Amino acid sequence: MKLSETQVKHVAKLANLPLTEEETKEYSDQLSKILDYIDQLNKVDTTGVASTYNVSEVVSVMAEDVPKDCLTQEGALQNASLKKNGFFATKGVFENE
Amino acid sequence: MDFLPQKEYLKMSDLTSLSLLQTIDALKENKFSESELNEAYLKRIQSLNPKLNAFLEVVNQTKGIPSGIKDIICTQGIKTTAGSKILSNFIPPYDATVIKKLKSQNVNIIGKLNNDEFAMGSSGENSAYGPTKNPWNLTKVPGGSSSGSAAAVAADLCVFSLGTDTGGSIRQPASLTGVVGLKPSYGRVSRYGSIAMASSLDQIGPFTKTVADARLVLEWISGPDGYDSNVVEIASPLRGLAMTSLRGGRLRRPTRQSLKGIKIGVPKEYFGEGLDKNVEKVVRNAIDQMVKLGVEVVEISLPHTQYAVEVYYTMMFSEVSSNLARFDGIRFGNSRDHFGDETKRRIMLGTFALSSGYYEAYFTKAAKVRTLIKQDFEKAFQKCDVIVGPVSPTVAWNLGEKISDPLMMYLSDVYTIPASLAGIPGLSVPCGFVDGLPVGLQILGKYMDEETILNVGEVYEKSTDWYKEKPKL
Repeated sequence: MKLSETQVKHVAKLANLPLTEEETKEYSDQLSKILDYIDQLNKVDTTGVASTYNVSEVVSVMAEDVPKDCLTQEGALQNASLKKNGFFATKGVFENE
Repeated sequence: MDFLPQKEYLKMSDLTSLSLLQTIDALKENKFSESELNEAYLKRIQSLNPKLNAFLEVVNQTKGIPSGIKDIICTQGIKTTAGSKILSNFIPPYDATVIKKLKSQNVNIIGKLNNDEFAMGSSGENSAYGPTKNPWNLTKVPGGSSSGSAAAVAADLCVFSLGTDTGGSIRQPASLTGVVGLKPSYGRVSRYGSIAMASSLDQIGPFTKTVADARLVLEWISGPDGYDSNVVEIASPLRGLAMTSLRGGRLRRPTRQSLKGIKIGVPKEYFGEGLDKNVEKVVRNAIDQMVKLGVEVVEISLPHTQYAVEVYYTMMFSEVSSNLARFDGIRFGNSRDHFGDETKRRIMLGTFALSSGYYEAYFTKAAKVRTLIKQDFEKAFQKCDVIVGPVSPTVAWNLGEKISDPLMMYLSDVYTIPASLAGIPGLSVPCGFVDGLPVGLQILGKYMDEETILNVGEVYEKSTDWYKEKPKL
């Protein structure tokens, strides 16, 4: 599977990864090679085979809805690059900037 | 403790060469104090770490048993970088569950250990803080991604360490540095507080100087905590593990002497093309030794082994792209341009594999082939108790040798990845040397049957002198 530079740019946008022009070129080549290798999976007949996403076979475990110890507000904020009035500060979501 | 000289003759190098069990006994018998023990390790770190680059952070302390922790596991108040520039200033506000459990056993953290960025790599060279060197030969890689965890134990810089294994990141570096490494069953140990790479595969486990030590550390860190829903009741030490335990202040240990009645499966797919001839010879000698100890050898086949690397990388890339989306520079860490090359490559591939139009062809297809790999093991274990083979196709390679060819690096995990996909436990035990570099024997067990692989590993280990070998530093 060949990944063009346009596709690489599209994927980088989806992944929120800033790539340089040089990286875009390099990735187009490297990622195509890795995808070619992975494409060998198509040789395996998986008709009627179920998927294994997780071997523990545990699904949707529910927790009791009771208060427990948790991080303090100070602890939760201690690594934030920007904070304001005891909250994380971030760019606006609904504005165009 | 007849092997220990009287206190006045005890040298610092004697202290740091002791196993965990020996250290616990010696402390109990007042052969030395906790502060003397910590001082000896801190001095050794100070003199050897500049050569090895195993520790990223060292904690001066005088109390407890000094352990080293892979820098991907959160430690309250101690910088945790995951080997990445994106977390260069991250101080966790809480301890991972495994750290809490260790602290309750009088274990302390003497430092944080280097690793490939976000545990992505097989050589330690993807760390943003420089590669770790192999204590047996400073021009060689120690393996990865738990590079520092392996090198630190091999060089006696801590009593034991913790690492994580997603596709071989405990077993492979253990093999390449000549120490014991255990990847527990998926769901044995809570990952709460371990920075996630690929959630359907990640496991935390110990690096130790002996198999008995690995058993004890596993017992300490196992069991449900309510924060990792994959860890079920069967994983608790009292349910699944009849292991070493402290009874009346004394360590009680299993006392198996022979391996009579044990069937070991030898998969032909693990001895094919790609396996270095000298490594093969060492591993075959180890199997012969096990035969002398009473095992019966059964030939088995794991026919889907050849697709394991493709399945693993497809699923892991996908889970990586999802897990690493949390690094947005808002709640913690720096901006996303601080990711290293390999990390970006994996996020890109995973994002592509999960994107509209490709999800079925890549992620779902891989998940189906994963079922076939899991079934291979289930069938094999109907004929044997454990599966034995090499951990790594070669001994440690030169620093820089594979770094420019990601695909070639991925293929070095070919014997460790299948067990990760099946969620079964795996142990690496030192079994010899090729050109002065260590070789590990891989022992794989049934799901949640760590006890059998530890018993087999321990009886084998005690019948050899390999585990006593130390690098000259």
